[in-house]
Amino acid sequence: MKITPMKPRSQTAQASTTGVAAATEVTDQINPEELRREHDQRRNEQQERIEEIDRETLLRLLYQMILIRRFEEKSAEAYTLGKIGGFCHLYIGQEAVAVGALGALRPDDYVLTSYRDHGHIIAKGTSPDEVMAELYGKAGGCSAGKGGSMHLFDSSVNFLGGHGIVGGQIPLATGVAFAAKYRGTDQVTLCFFGEAAVNQGAFHESLNMAQLWKLPCIYICENNQYGMGTSLERAMSLQDVSQKAPAYNMAGEFVDGMDVLAVYEATKRAVARAREESLPTLIEVRTYRFMGHSMSDPGNYRTRAEIEKHQERDPIKVFTQNLKEKNIVDDSAIADMEKRAREEVERAVQFAESSPEPAPEKLFTDIYANPLSR
Amino acid sequence: MPIITMREALNQAMREEMHRDENIFLMGEEVAAYQGAYKVSKGLLEEFGDRRVIDSPITELGFAGLGVGAAMVGLRPIIEFMTFNFSILATDQIINSAAKMLYMSGGQFKIPIVFRGPGGSAYQVSSQHSQALESWYANFPGLKVVMPSTPADAKGLLKSAIRDDDPVIFIEQERMYGNKGEVPEDAEFTVPLGVADVKREGSDATIVSRSLMVPIALKAAEELEKQGVSVEVVDPRTIRPLDIETIVNSVKKTNRVVVAEESHAFCGVGAEISAQITEHAFDYLDAPVKRISAADAPMPYAKNLEKLAIPDVERLIAAVREVAYLD
Repeated sequence: MKITPMKPRSQTAQASTTGVAAATEVTDQINPEELRREHDQRRNEQQERIEEIDRETLLRLLYQMILIRRFEEKSAEAYTLGKIGGFCHLYIGQEAVAVGALGALRPDDYVLTSYRDHGHIIAKGTSPDEVMAELYGKAGGCSAGKGGSMHLFDSSVNFLGGHGIVGGQIPLATGVAFAAKYRGTDQVTLCFFGEAAVNQGAFHESLNMAQLWKLPCIYICENNQYGMGTSLERAMSLQDVSQKAPAYNMAGEFVDGMDVLAVYEATKRAVARAREESLPTLIEVRTYRFMGHSMSDPGNYRTRAEIEKHQERDPIKVFTQNLKEKNIVDDSAIADMEKRAREEVERAVQFAESSPEPAPEKLFTDIYANPLSR
Repeated sequence: MPIITMREALNQAMREEMHRDENIFLMGEEVAAYQGAYKVSKGLLEEFGDRRVIDSPITELGFAGLGVGAAMVGLRPIIEFMTFNFSILATDQIINSAAKMLYMSGGQFKIPIVFRGPGGSAYQVSSQHSQALESWYANFPGLKVVMPSTPADAKGLLKSAIRDDDPVIFIEQERMYGNKGEVPEDAEFTVPLGVADVKREGSDATIVSRSLMVPIALKAAEELEKQGVSVEVVDPRTIRPLDIETIVNSVKKTNRVVVAEESHAFCGVGAEISAQITEHAFDYLDAPVKRISAADAPMPYAKNLEKLAIPDVERLIAAVREVAYLD
């Protein structure tokens, strides 16, 4: 297999020659030697990036990924025990995307995403306590127990949901970016969605308006290659999502989503474009979810071999290994981090368990901000 | 008091509110350079500039959602649909986003937005351009639905809708933009949402009507007066929340009621009003509640068929006479 460095995906994109996945993803048919060569190249690329970034940032990114992984494992456990109801879409395997991208933001920047939102809100800074309590449907949850897994919100960190309709958050994020520009602030809006949302009209309508009106919005397509059980190949005529940017005269990039630093750097470039020039960007991040679409999905549409192949490039495993090789962390530091993350998740479970259920009268609050007397 | 058209009254409302609050902007198809497909936004581009009066592409789902997103962070958008028929493309953002955001965020994100534009029938524009969709939107908790019937109400209600912190569906009747009436000039004149208005007092029967059906009900009442029947005309003005109290009080007085509407009867607002009258005033009724609604058919193009599809003065007179057992 040929390793192709990222090519500039549009005339307006800032071309980056580093830090990107091959345009053609590996397949089950690939031979192990070729796969190894590709993995080696990507490892080397990440190690080069490690040298450019300060230690504190590196450790923060690693810790956030570990925290989200442990949080999601605990969510799966709680779901199985019946503590969490409804739909529960886990982020395991995709942690590098939210953590890398949000690492490039300022605290006052805005984030919106889909229903696979646990990782994003934790990376934005909401306490895992409140997130777990929301999954439990408790009053102490970040949406007061009214939103659940798919509708996490936290106005205090400018996390604007958690949206349940595929692609529904894309016009919303465009409006948030519109408001920032209207007011003349330099806040940037980050909008995450899966590749299946790209087939929705909302995606195309939004990108058109964003470029037309030069809105500071960054559209991050988390291409995990499956819309529920339907593979990208079966659902999209032009599967190279970043290639849709030129259709709107928009800057686009293609990034390896298993490399947290590649995502971090690509997002930084897009943030600069948004903040300084008020221009949008479409970033396609090639990633993979290790679990089913939701907790109720047995995932029969994928082979064990395919999942294992992607797990070899588990973003946490790869990053940890590279940090060790570059002498940024040692085994004991990793063990400390693991311990801290487990304790933080355990505290979140305790908080969720002990938080009260919403009071019955809450059924009828928050329907209107100005309830009229009649 | 100056006499102006409904169109001018709506224009005044937007102009006055935009002067009052910098966070208000108007977006929609042809609202700026073209001055509005129905000229409701005439002069606003010149007055407020293209930052606040914005021509959108034909992309209803997109700009409706953009408005909701902007409202999440504190702007107060007025989103104009060229007609409410086109809002059907935007219903995901109106219903799934605007109506539910405050609730599912546990009270964190209010959506102060007005979706406005003409609805109902026009003249011979056939099935896809003649729909009265208020029962759709009124079905959802989280939305408010407003339908003015006079220029003064149009101005006062639109100002209240713009000042309101919740998503408001504001349906203007396409045939009524040229209707004239007295409208206060006072910039602080508003009409509260959720309050019905008795448009004509009477003692023998009540007609509950909204939007286009109000002037038709008033004409019917005039005719019936000549026939010795005194008709009270109640206009709820706001469909959600519904001022059922005023309606019920009128029914308790007249004991007979006709509910007139331009929309389809099945699962409609008239059905809701009838049910609530039955729940709250059953013992006061001397006849079953009578509904007069649009024909249960898509709107036809042919002039004669279109006329048959929309309730008119004659049908309303016959309905009142029926509940009064006069024929």
